[in-house]
Amino acid sequence: MEIIRRAIAEGKKPDLQQLVDAIPYCKFLGIEVDRKGTELTTILRFDKKLIGNPVLPALHGGVVGAFLEVTAVIQLMLEAESEELPKPVDIGIDYLRSGRPVDTYARAIVTKQGRRVCNVRAEAWQDEHTRPIAALHGHFLIKPRETA
Amino acid sequence: MSDLPSTVPEHKAGYILAGIPHAAELKLTVVELKAGEAVCKVPYAEHLIGNPDTRVIHGGVITALLDNTCGIAVGTKTRLQGQIATLDLRIDYMKPATPDQDILAFAECYKVTKNIAFVRGVAYHTDRNDPIATCAAAFMLGTKSQRGANVPGGG
Repeated sequence: MEIIRRAIAEGKKPDLQQLVDAIPYCKFLGIEVDRKGTELTTILRFDKKLIGNPVLPALHGGVVGAFLEVTAVIQLMLEAESEELPKPVDIGIDYLRSGRPVDTYARAIVTKQGRRVCNVRAEAWQDEHTRPIAALHGHFLIKPRETA
Repeated sequence: MSDLPSTVPEHKAGYILAGIPHAAELKLTVVELKAGEAVCKVPYAEHLIGNPDTRVIHGGVITALLDNTCGIAVGTKTRLQGQIATLDLRIDYMKPATPDQDILAFAECYKVTKNIAFVRGVAYHTDRNDPIATCAAAFMLGTKSQRGANVPGGG
């Protein structure tokens, strides 16, 4: 992506909010990035279109999964030296509580960074960080910088 | 196990997704429905792109499609549509989706117990044997008011 290439050319990390905004699906979901130094929190602003169960009501499981996947990718963009957006190889999502119709937050940890594959864990929560609504673990393919 | 007809008319299939706002946003439709099996479709759309360079649909869309299709497959076996919850979902991404092509998902609910339903699924364009992604999922049955209520004909 242009934003990544430009940042690499300038020897910087890409602006993660700009990166998210350049991805149509992330923009559609309404994902925001809150970066404080190396600490990253993603925010999924509640919107009616994210509802998967109107009876409860609850967020769509696919939305929560997608949000965690994006969080993992953004964390990798900060930590791993990848020329391209990391690609998911496999992900596993544990749904722990139903996602209520409020804002959701997530954070990811890169548990292992290999040359091509990275292991990442991510957790999403709403009001209380200690009561996660979903957790993801996944493997992502990165494209290492050739000149590195 | 189930006395549902082997196929469901299109209007009935449409009805299942009518009340799900996110499914409507993705223009997700049910293409085929049998007892224990479902095929759903998400048409290609610009706002679902995950990489503007390649115009490939975001993995999250596949996640939502597989999750919903698996849930519908469970619904055909339990009559608890709307009272089930995804417990876990594992997805393996085999290849990127092709831009401008609709994505289909097939899900099969192969085991139902008193509390849990087990499902596997595959996302593809035209050939199920050439998958974009495969998944395995477990669903909790009888959430909220219907706890442990997987009684045939009940709900």
